[in-house]
Amino acid sequence: MTTLPSPSPAVARAGGEHLLEVQGLSVEFRTPYGVVRAVRDVSYTLDRGETLAILGESGSGKSVSAQTIMGILESPPGHVTGGRILYHGQDMLTMPKDEQRKLRGPEISMVFQDALSALNPVFTVGAQIAEMFRAHRGASKKEGLEKAAELMDRVRIPNARGRLKDYPHQFSGGMRQRVMIAMALALDPTVLIADEPTTALDVTVQAQIMDLLQELQAENGMGVILITHDLGVVNEVADRVAVMYAGSIVETGLIDEVFSRPAHPYTVGLMSSIPRVDARDTRLTPIVGAPPNLARIPSGCAFHPRCPRAQDVCAVEAPALVEVAPGRRSACHFAEEVLSA
Amino acid sequence: MGRYVARRLLLAIPVLIVTTILIYLAVFALPGDPIAQLAGERSFSPAVAAQLREEYSLNDPLWQRYLAYMGGVVQGDFGTDFRGRPLSDIMQQRFPVTLKLALVALVFEAVIGLVAGILAGIRKGSFFDNLVLVSTIAVVSIPSFVLGFVAQIVFGVQLGIFPISGQNDGLRSFLLPGFVLGSLSLAYVARLTRTSLSESLSSDYVRTARAKGLPERAVVGKHALRNSLIPVVTFLGTDLGTLMSGAIVTEGIFNLPGLGQLVFQAVRGRESEVVVGVVTLFVLIYIVFNLLVDVLYAALDPRIRHE
Repeated sequence: MTTLPSPSPAVARAGGEHLLEVQGLSVEFRTPYGVVRAVRDVSYTLDRGETLAILGESGSGKSVSAQTIMGILESPPGHVTGGRILYHGQDMLTMPKDEQRKLRGPEISMVFQDALSALNPVFTVGAQIAEMFRAHRGASKKEGLEKAAELMDRVRIPNARGRLKDYPHQFSGGMRQRVMIAMALALDPTVLIADEPTTALDVTVQAQIMDLLQELQAENGMGVILITHDLGVVNEVADRVAVMYAGSIVETGLIDEVFSRPAHPYTVGLMSSIPRVDARDTRLTPIVGAPPNLARIPSGCAFHPRCPRAQDVCAVEAPALVEVAPGRRSACHFAEEVLSA
Repeated sequence: MGRYVARRLLLAIPVLIVTTILIYLAVFALPGDPIAQLAGERSFSPAVAAQLREEYSLNDPLWQRYLAYMGGVVQGDFGTDFRGRPLSDIMQQRFPVTLKLALVALVFEAVIGLVAGILAGIRKGSFFDNLVLVSTIAVVSIPSFVLGFVAQIVFGVQLGIFPISGQNDGLRSFLLPGFVLGSLSLAYVARLTRTSLSESLSSDYVRTARAKGLPERAVVGKHALRNSLIPVVTFLGTDLGTLMSGAIVTEGIFNLPGLGQLVFQAVRGRESEVVVGVVTLFVLIYIVFNLLVDVLYAALDPRIRHE
């Protein structure tokens, strides 16, 4: 693992007051076709009971940053090239592998997008949930299954006890995601990373799953990092949002503020590309162009080739993520103008 | 599960019927008159020949003979050879030799193939992985009769470790031929295991297992391996059927009096009834092992049980 001097020592010293703090994280994939810089100098914090949404389209680096926190980045080809991930002030990237592993499950856990492929097809759901207790708490098989039944009941899977011995493929999509959630919450983690937890589900089930996650969060006060490209989901459940583009965070802030007054042209573009109930007759405006290839990120501001506001400076100088209003940060040379537009 | 097995058993019946008809037709379509073959250099008087034809029902229509024959097979009666010995007795005597040979071959391919495949799969791209890839290509490219003779010369004649012929040394007699017989499948098992393991190591459920904070040995040994062994175990099962019916060359090289040698001698001597009998037995064995594999597959992969 690489340790780099933190870009701003003052901030680094202050680590520890947040539940989770990601500082200047950079991750790249070294592929035969070149180096793909999937995450570039990403920083954010998460507090207890808070929901932070990381919003971005496919390939924006949002899942890779989450996988790095979980320590499940596939390496090779993935490499952390800089930054720190502080959990209760301790850098997870430099701690011994085995210690880091022991955090996964009891402290930090993850719900994946597609529960059908994320659950092991040849083990019963009961055994897979019970495994958390057996691996981390030294529980017996029987105790583990007992706990598993309680958890399945808690995530409201009907007839939980009777379904312990069922396999993942015997559940519906929504129920399978509940199993996934039960497994992730088994040991009462303080941080839950939900990587597009509802993308594979149909809309009515999506709402149920999000409600369930919120309810469970209210019960145990965990911090939730919600990774999604779904603005609707973000709007409903998140407290704060970090918008990612081409591996970097381009804007952060409280959800209501970011959504009502975006401070980055990319966020503006996202907002106008979704249909709104209160503006039926207006045409949707898509963002022109396509997201960049992360092996060849445009110079300067990565968004400049697609940005309606781009000036000469944008192609040359990468804008820093700076505070543009209280609690608001934006990485745009013209953030003030965007904000007041 | 019971219904699954029952359905597979029912499906085996038409397979058995069709394959036996084909074998029966093929053997009886061979040129040459079995009675003339039986007579050898001299020829029988027309009366004797006619009587023999009557005795072996050679005058009946083919379909009638087939039905009579199958009626016998169903009751365990495979007919007799031309010396009048019941074929079922001969096969009972030969079967254990072939079974032993096949099992030794299976153990070789399972143990060495699996270990090599697992080690290569865990460390993809490592020196060992490349070693396995190269050596499996080598093994696959060498025909088994070449490998058999080389093994005899090196381990039998020069080093004198193993007997090169016959089955008088108990299990030791079977080690060399078993290895030669199993080598091709050994290479295949190694490659299949490697591919299958490295595939499941990059699967979502292995990523989940890591995210659950399981120790690496549980991630690989339990979550990845259990899934990647499904195709390997089913291959091993089917292969046992193949090994038992395909040992003609190896049994010949090492002079083992098994079913392979029996069928080889029978083809040379035009003992059609023996050929049909033994090949029918091969088909039966093959069907049974395939059925076992199907059942095994369902036991290993819960998704199959509830189709």
